Amino acid sequence: MSETIFNADSVPVLAQGYRFQWEPAQDCFVLLYPEGMVKLNPAAGEILKRVNEKQQTVAELIVELKEAFNGAELDDDVYRFLEEAHGNSWIRTE
Amino acid sequence: MATAGSEQNKAPGSTGGAAGMNVRDQIKQPLWLLAELTYSCPLQCPYCSNPMDFAKVKNELTTEEWISVFKQAREMGATQLGFSGGEPMTRPDLVELIREARKLGFYTNLITSGVGLDSAKVAEFKEAGLDHIQVSFQASSEDLNNLIAGTDAFKHKIEMAKAVKANGYPMVLCFVTHRQNIDQIDEILDLCVELEADYVELATTQYYGWAMHNRDQLMPMKEQLVRAEAIAHQYQKDLQGKMKVYYVVPDYYEERPKACMNGWGNIFLTVTPDGTALPCHAARDLPGMTLPNVKDMSVDEIWNGSDDFNKFRGFDWMTEPCRSCDEKEKDFGGCRCQAFMLTGDATNADPVCSKSPHHHLIEEAVAAGIAEAAKPVTEQKPLVFRNPKNSKKISGI
Repeated sequence: MSETIFNADSVPVLAQGYRFQWEPAQDCFVLLYPEGMVKLNPAAGEILKRVNEKQQTVAELIVELKEAFNGAELDDDVYRFLEEAHGNSWIRTE
Repeated sequence: MATAGSEQNKAPGSTGGAAGMNVRDQIKQPLWLLAELTYSCPLQCPYCSNPMDFAKVKNELTTEEWISVFKQAREMGATQLGFSGGEPMTRPDLVELIREARKLGFYTNLITSGVGLDSAKVAEFKEAGLDHIQVSFQASSEDLNNLIAGTDAFKHKIEMAKAVKANGYPMVLCFVTHRQNIDQIDEILDLCVELEADYVELATTQYYGWAMHNRDQLMPMKEQLVRAEAIAHQYQKDLQGKMKVYYVVPDYYEERPKACMNGWGNIFLTVTPDGTALPCHAARDLPGMTLPNVKDMSVDEIWNGSDDFNKFRGFDWMTEPCRSCDEKEKDFGGCRCQAFMLTGDATNADPVCSKSPHHHLIEEAVAAGIAEAAKPVTEQKPLVFRNPKNSKKISGI
């Protein structure tokens, strides 16, 4: 697990069988997969929303997130989350 | 399928951290809708969880009625929809139901034996937006599979599993294990590897419906389980990152009951072919059930207001030893249907629990299975297959 998967040029995409959507009843973004659901906190939701919308590199993803969140320093958080999401098989690299 | 809802709470990676997952507290609303579209089925599995008297159910819900149920459940917050049965493939309107459900935003799961499915249908379902197909197998070898299924289906299942994968679905295979096939577990897993399955569920038979009737013939031996579990764990380790193997431990060999349905009326809603709404698919046989029907009441009224769905919510209904037990929030006292079937009172602790004064009933059932297995084959009770003829005969319809 100590191996890192993502760098600035990687393109994260949702893994096969996973669906990302907003759930009004849960008031949050969720990931749906065979017979299950993960509720996402707002930060995770914002990252996966962009992964789901279009294929782009992690660097581009971070630029977009910074624009949306007033230039906040979020590189480390994004990488940490992507690794965790990959470890859970939610995403893979294109 | 009895544990299908449990994944819902088991959100992986619920760690903290700025961008980590914070899984919120469970909100009480239906998350899982199991649509038992029909009791028709070309297979005759003797461990089927359908009621013994399924043959008396005549009036299946219409396409429009099902779509209305989907809409209502979706509005209440349900995200997972399972198309089940019987064999859902026998419903000619299945593709239309899939399309409507997907349009509503459901994650759509087709739970099928693969019989009645062909490559063109798999592609058609994909186009309609079906998210996931689970193909169930009865065993890893043609002879045993066909014997247990009561039909010649094995080769076709293999083809269908391949078609599912070829159409870009994750391949999810389900094997229901019991005394007659559990020793094949390595062959079962090899077959899954060969088919490049993504998920494999090895589910031990749970004793409801037809399985309860055939319990003595299906009960695995302790040694069989020990072996099977060790093999399953080895494959889990070896195939990490390639194939996920879920091994469901049989509750008759446990000391604590399963958190059945994640709690009564908590996340799980079953609608049976005739529109009866149930908190679990075995609940029809409990005494005092009012059996609300989606033809007469809204899903909201049924979920929130009906006696049936409120019967075992919370903890007030509990008797001892559950009432004062510090584990009651973990397992909710186990399964109400199992408590009733074995002890005659649905408010009792699930006798799987070693704290239950009725736990000896579980031990006796295991012993009865072992005694049956020890008899010469010619003296063993035959498996009773699930088919309309046996349903009518046994239920006196």
